[in-house]
Amino acid sequence: MSDSHIHGDDKWSHSHPKQPDIEDGPLTDYMVMTEAVGDLLIEKGVFSAGDLRAMIESIDTKSPTDGGRVIARAWLDQEFKVRFMEDVNAAAEELGIDAGTIPIRAVENTSEVHNVIVCTLCSCYPRMLLGLPPDWYKARAYRSRVVRDPRGVLREFGTEISSDVEIRVHDSTADLRYMVLPMRPDGTEGMGEGELAAIVNRDSMIGVTTVRKP
Amino acid sequence: MGGLEAGPVEQSEHDYAPWEKRVDAIMRLLTGKQYEVITVDELRRGIEDLGPGVYDELSYYERWISSITNILIEKGVISVDELGRRMEDVCARREEAGI
Repeated sequence: MSDSHIHGDDKWSHSHPKQPDIEDGPLTDYMVMTEAVGDLLIEKGVFSAGDLRAMIESIDTKSPTDGGRVIARAWLDQEFKVRFMEDVNAAAEELGIDAGTIPIRAVENTSEVHNVIVCTLCSCYPRMLLGLPPDWYKARAYRSRVVRDPRGVLREFGTEISSDVEIRVHDSTADLRYMVLPMRPDGTEGMGEGELAAIVNRDSMIGVTTVRKP
Repeated sequence: MGGLEAGPVEQSEHDYAPWEKRVDAIMRLLTGKQYEVITVDELRRGIEDLGPGVYDELSYYERWISSITNILIEKGVISVDELGRRMEDVCARREEAGI
């Protein structure tokens, strides 16, 4: 594993210390338990140390950048978009992005419908395309309230959805994940695929924000 | 949890700590097709078994590792004794290293 890496949004980028398990804060029982359980599973041959290292690396490489690339292509290429709406995982594969084996379903925002995703049961999330979920996605407030008062929750994210637009909330499960295909903002007609991908932020693919022209 | 009353969405975020990624990786390996030691449903049941009080006290990955550990013990993959001994070893190792 590399000693430093960038996590999606530059705001959160930082270097980790060289020893991967040493935290800045005090060592908690849960950190000790994690290390002990991992070691025991390796010793018992449930998985190998290499498997564990590779999995941590794979978690580190996933970020909303991948999701943004797929969205930008769907905006630009109508035929790709049709395939994307039918099968997100296969469409991502076309761009060389491994979206994993759990099916991801795309829900498209239009001038009539705004979609937002949640996992009320736990924290299911299209992590193969968006990376690990933000804290608030996993927290009680978002999970309990977005299904009852989506407009209110979106307003907290600074997103005002016109009252004539229907809001659909999609509850993810362990076997089916959702991601939002945001609306392409007006005035981006001259932008190339890379530029478009860069303006697709994570929260717009969750549906709590919209994509704005830079 | 869906539909329950709750306060505003706290939008601050923390970056994932290395130990949290380790929990995540352990879980993914255990639930992966290759191993299938634990299912996601079992993990969730294990978290619900922690009870509402503990649920709110623990952080996300603290709940996960608690649930994973309980299920591994339940299934006889690891024993309470060896876990206890190993946790002591880990602590001793840390102290030796002056951490």
